[in-house]
Amino acid sequence: MAGSPNTNPHKPRWLLAELTYACPLQCPYCSNPVDYSNYPTELSTEDWKRVLTEARKMGAVQLGLSGGEPLTRTDLAEIVRHASGLGYYSNLITSGYGLTEARIVELKEAGLDHIQVSIQASTQELNDHIAGTKSYSHKQDVARLVKKHGYPMVLCVVIHRKNIHQMADILKMASELGADYLELANTQYYGWAHKNRDLLLPSREQFETAEKIAQDYKETVKGKMKIYYVVPDYYEDRPKACMNGWGTTFLTVAPDGVALPCHSARELPGLDCPNVTDFSIDAIWNDSKAFNFFRGDDWMKEPCRSCSEKAQDFGGCRCQAYLLTGDMYNTDPVCSKSPNKHLVQAAIDQAMASAEQTIEVPLVFRNSKNSKNISN
Amino acid sequence: MALNPDSLWAFSPMHRLQWEEAQQKDVILYPEGMVELNQSSAEILKLCDGSRNLDKIVTDLEEKFQAHGLKHDISQFLEVALNNGWITEH
Ligand code: SF4
Ligand code: SF4
Repeated sequence: MAGSPNTNPHKPRWLLAELTYACPLQCPYCSNPVDYSNYPTELSTEDWKRVLTEARKMGAVQLGLSGGEPLTRTDLAEIVRHASGLGYYSNLITSGYGLTEARIVELKEAGLDHIQVSIQASTQELNDHIAGTKSYSHKQDVARLVKKHGYPMVLCVVIHRKNIHQMADILKMASELGADYLELANTQYYGWAHKNRDLLLPSREQFETAEKIAQDYKETVKGKMKIYYVVPDYYEDRPKACMNGWGTTFLTVAPDGVALPCHSARELPGLDCPNVTDFSIDAIWNDSKAFNFFRGDDWMKEPCRSCSEKAQDFGGCRCQAYLLTGDMYNTDPVCSKSPNKHLVQAAIDQAMASAEQTIEVPLVFRNSKNSKNISN
Repeated sequence: MALNPDSLWAFSPMHRLQWEEAQQKDVILYPEGMVELNQSSAEILKLCDGSRNLDKIVTDLEEKFQAHGLKHDISQFLEVALNNGWITEH
């Protein structure tokens, strides 16, 4: 474990406040922990305000308000107002479900800087199927209202095997809705997405076709709409530089107050993630076991330890190493230097085999009933 | 691409320019992103308030910093800023 409190040069810049695990939608790729129903408590308004104040003092400036569905918190505007007073740039990350014009105005007055609306697909039928709830036309209205009230409008579409063939239509829809930014996020296989991987992972050909369409479209909409393309790392040779390095930039606080160095870190064993109701943000960031666990590179095993690229990707994602190899200290198996690279290929093969079956197993939708079944 | 000498430059309403005490730096904030600025870039952007063209920005900064020959650097930076959507042209 590296990084003693007094020498820690890193300060949090991004605070992700997961305000609640409650959500009216049931996306089968949701990044919330599959056992979220085990954590039903939620921080109070006052707790959130204190977290925001303390993190801001340490240098956090980007604030993500997410969940679950953050709109289910009736104190959302109050939290936003507090954040705005502290000088945060606040990002509401929402499914748009339940967002009315009155609420959009209320949040604007409270100082909210931007709203990111997620849409599941470019057609009503598929959107509503993936979301597990009728929501398509409402989401389109919400996107227009967000724009009307002067927010930068970010559309987020999570890409997977069920919608990747719609890439061209998704791009067209985003541009017709007047999005300023379009985030095309290839599914990252954690949480519920990991459970549903066989049904969600596209083939390499599908990825390459879709990526080419998206990259070409970038030119068409240059200067009007920015496209962020989150790469599908199962088909890469190098892992992503996860969290910009553990405990260097990001601080996530889960609905029940557990502070996490990465929003999936709850899945890792033995981290003893601290709760903001027991410790100050300063103590959590500098002194806690969890935030020091993978700080620096002392924890690395080979091949990362002696690799010349370790300062670039930090050995990849700890959660991915754990989910695929069973050992969270391993090199992210996405890396072509990993002795476990074959596990990624095996996962791809298994997903492709499942795509060819005539009788598809159903998706496991993200809801409390399924969560309880999985946790038991 | 040369900048139009008559255009007036304004900081983009879709971004926010802000001094960060913890970093001792000005930063540009936008949806889920942040750019840290050095002092000269920040000074240029602060003058983009919709009332100045390129020459006016140059004269004001040369006066402020008692310097000469800044035009080339300033216009280069404004092009970068325009391409990134940090400023708009009027
Ligand atoms: S991904 Fe879907 S189910 Fe999960 S929190 Fe977001 S909207 Fe809800
Ligand atoms: S071996 Fe480790 S450090 Fe080297 S490139 Fe692969 S993941 Fe990165």
